[in-house]
Amino acid sequence: MSQDITHDDVSHGHDHHDHDHKPKGFVKRWLMTTNHKDIGTLYLIFAFAMFIIGGAMAMIIRLELFQPGLQFVEPDFFNQMTTMHALIMVFGAVMPAFVGLANWMIPLMIGAPDMALPRMNNWSFWILPFAFTMLLSTLFMDGGAPAGGWTMYPPLVLQGGHNVGYLVFAVHMMGISSIMGAINVIATIMNMRAPNVGYLNMPLFVWTWLITAFLLIAVMPVLAGAVTMLLTDRYFDTSFFNAAGGGDPVLFQHIFWFFGHPEVYIMILPAFGVVSEIIPTFARKPLFGYVSMVYATAAIAFLSFIVWAHHMFSVGMPLGGELYFMYATMMIAVPTGVKIFNWVATMWKGSMTFETPMLFSLAFVILFTIGGFSGVMMALAPVDLQYHDTYFIVAHFHYVLVTGAVFGIIAGVYYWLPKWSGYMYSERMGKIHFWWSTISVNVLFFPQHFLGLAGMPRRIPDYSTQFAEFNMWSSIGGFAFGLAQVYFIYVVWKSVRGGKKATAQVWDGAKGLEWTVPSPAPHHTFEEFGPVDLDKMAHGKVH
Amino acid sequence: MKKAQMKFMLLITGLLASTMSLAEYGLNLRKGVTEFSETAYEMHTFTLWICIVIGIVVFGAMIYSIFAHRKSKGYQPEQFSHSTTAEVIWTIIPILILVVIAIPATRALIQMENPTTEDGSRLPMEMTIKVTGYQWKWKYDYMEEGISFLSTLAKDSNEARQLVPKEERIDPFTVDNYLLEVDNPLVIPANTNIRFLLTADDVIHAWWVPDFGWKRDAIPGFINEAWTNVKTPGTYRGQCAELCGKDHGFMPIVVEVLSKEDYANWLADQRGEQAEEAVLLDKVWSEAELMAKGEEVYNTQCATCHQSDGSGMPPAFPALAGSDVVNGTIADQVELVVNGKPGTAMQAFGNLLSDADIAAAITYTRNSFGNSSGGLVQPAEVKSMKP
Repeated sequence: MSQDITHDDVSHGHDHHDHDHKPKGFVKRWLMTTNHKDIGTLYLIFAFAMFIIGGAMAMIIRLELFQPGLQFVEPDFFNQMTTMHALIMVFGAVMPAFVGLANWMIPLMIGAPDMALPRMNNWSFWILPFAFTMLLSTLFMDGGAPAGGWTMYPPLVLQGGHNVGYLVFAVHMMGISSIMGAINVIATIMNMRAPNVGYLNMPLFVWTWLITAFLLIAVMPVLAGAVTMLLTDRYFDTSFFNAAGGGDPVLFQHIFWFFGHPEVYIMILPAFGVVSEIIPTFARKPLFGYVSMVYATAAIAFLSFIVWAHHMFSVGMPLGGELYFMYATMMIAVPTGVKIFNWVATMWKGSMTFETPMLFSLAFVILFTIGGFSGVMMALAPVDLQYHDTYFIVAHFHYVLVTGAVFGIIAGVYYWLPKWSGYMYSERMGKIHFWWSTISVNVLFFPQHFLGLAGMPRRIPDYSTQFAEFNMWSSIGGFAFGLAQVYFIYVVWKSVRGGKKATAQVWDGAKGLEWTVPSPAPHHTFEEFGPVDLDKMAHGKVH
Repeated sequence: MKKAQMKFMLLITGLLASTMSLAEYGLNLRKGVTEFSETAYEMHTFTLWICIVIGIVVFGAMIYSIFAHRKSKGYQPEQFSHSTTAEVIWTIIPILILVVIAIPATRALIQMENPTTEDGSRLPMEMTIKVTGYQWKWKYDYMEEGISFLSTLAKDSNEARQLVPKEERIDPFTVDNYLLEVDNPLVIPANTNIRFLLTADDVIHAWWVPDFGWKRDAIPGFINEAWTNVKTPGTYRGQCAELCGKDHGFMPIVVEVLSKEDYANWLADQRGEQAEEAVLLDKVWSEAELMAKGEEVYNTQCATCHQSDGSGMPPAFPALAGSDVVNGTIADQVELVVNGKPGTAMQAFGNLLSDADIAAAITYTRNSFGNSSGGLVQPAEVKSMKP
């Protein structure tokens, strides 16, 4: 008993001493930081830098595809661009952005003073700039960057000279970073919740991240194994994937997609969490079907492990395999449907306002659903033999990843930016950004459905003249969408530097512990470990 | 009310009509010319309409709510947060819809993989064609007929697709079937059950003719199987559908489907031509003949990587001008060309080109691009050096 009191005294004294004293100097503040908010900021800035680099590559792709014939780049460089664009967007932009949101928000949402493993948190971030420097450096080497597609299928990827080694080690480092980030999220959520916050009181963003973190831990090592086998095939004369040596090139695809399919849910589940926070706030109404949302997320995560070969309907699987993967894939539509219906039911009979985060969330619901529709269509194996590897699938995964994952991130940034910076962003500029992005992204990706159906394969630098019109539309949409994101930098930069002061509550309909701390959130929050007011949480009092 | 109904009906018929006319503009999936492609088209259309109806219901509810339940209209929020009935309904209904879609899909897939006739017996295949993917061309072997040939991008498309300064560019719109034309199309008879055996020599490719309704990967070390029966004679075009390196976009597929009589005539012509070529292998070629043939072979088979001036694209594709191999012994160069270099795009041309083609191409490289290793290589020499 007396020990407890001493401990309390000590921590009180410590609190007082440390209160809002940020470390001085750039190196101490940022390089050596163990603060979840600062690391969250680093992750978000890094992700945005990668988003711009990956976006610049997309601009080169759309520029070359603006009209038939080759005008700007050689086919090999074009392939480097498609490969690097995907690797950077997946591993450099979307995943780190969600880890950034997790770092910033999870401790604030569950009443924890920081992440459970702050030093590892620092390390898992600072690996990333090195991993991507290594990956990007291949662009300046003899033979150029990897050009075999982000899926890295052998034997093609092994033809890329020495970029194979750089690619493999960069992927290893990204994997280490992700696994450490995931361990941290799990440890934080399981151990650091305020004592009266149960699992079913947690905000849905925390739930989706908990499930995502388990997916990450399960599949990143699988990817690491697959690329390591590529490495030994390339440099040490093994024959894992070399048919001439008794290996099996299709084996790689099975291993890759055993990672790859959960990976796509790693990129979308946290976005589900973000919009599940935003929609209730601006509908001024509790999230509909909280518990079924949690179960649906878990069901999607489980199904993600048993559907991988729907990426491979054309490799020549036995009939039984194709039927199984078709049925299993179709089942994903059920929990995903539950989520979409629940979001609509949350809006139903609410009292809605349409600030920028809500606009992006509404666009998310509609456009992600369109991506879901084309997903159901592609689940049908006999028709997928037409859709597979065409622009139809390119349209599909950009609808779920750009208007899904990226719109989710942007919505989250607008939603929590006042909490981070202490200033309200300009609502007018936010709305301009929203309409500009939403219109242009549809001009960019919707015509790609038609291109795919008409027979245009993906990953080609030049195409038959019958595809010219829609490619031109798509490119125009692409340039406009790219510019809109440059505008987004300006909107964020301007709002961080000043503007209308944000209140602690920020949004009048918002519920959650993050809105109980001042804006901007002090350097240290929830320093005293103790019960929180469950009434302040969206699902604090179980309904 | 009646007026509103009329408007609604007009809207729906308008939508239907527009999707039909859109199909003609190449907006929709192609119906194709095989039973399988037609099934795929029907399932595509059926599923698309289901998605459209679900979309109208869900987005309709959402848009209605957005306009009706907004704060600016003073709408007071209700506080309900779940309804077990609603949740059960919107779990069960999607399951039922999925079952309805899955039934025809299962049937179509079985017919693709294990085709049967109407009485349930195994569908007999009347001929077999082996398709081999190479970087970046296709090889077709007619297994029973003993005919085989390579199929590469047509010359005019190949010239128009080069990245050259603006004033030298050829407008792709002036080229017939730009990028969808080949030198030697695959020729098959109509109304015949044809088995395709697909494999590849270097990396994975995928053979796809949209009008046939399927694509299948051609994988080194594997032999995949697929089948088709084309109802209508005509020319059908497709492309490689699996990323296979720098010229993935430039290895089209053209299939000419002939009536059975026309096909028999074509077959006879082919046999005659192949007999003539066999004679050429045994004769001694003159330097002019070798150089002329060599230039032709070089430009179709080698120039994609090594460039028409022999400068290559180092380091992946070495230059032939001043190359040690080309300026070395004939035996070494023949060995490299015949067996290829594993792990690179340099493939084993021994199985791909005739001895005459190889001899001519080697002669050409040894006497061009400033190389002066000299000497002529005769088809007979290549033959004697082959393992």
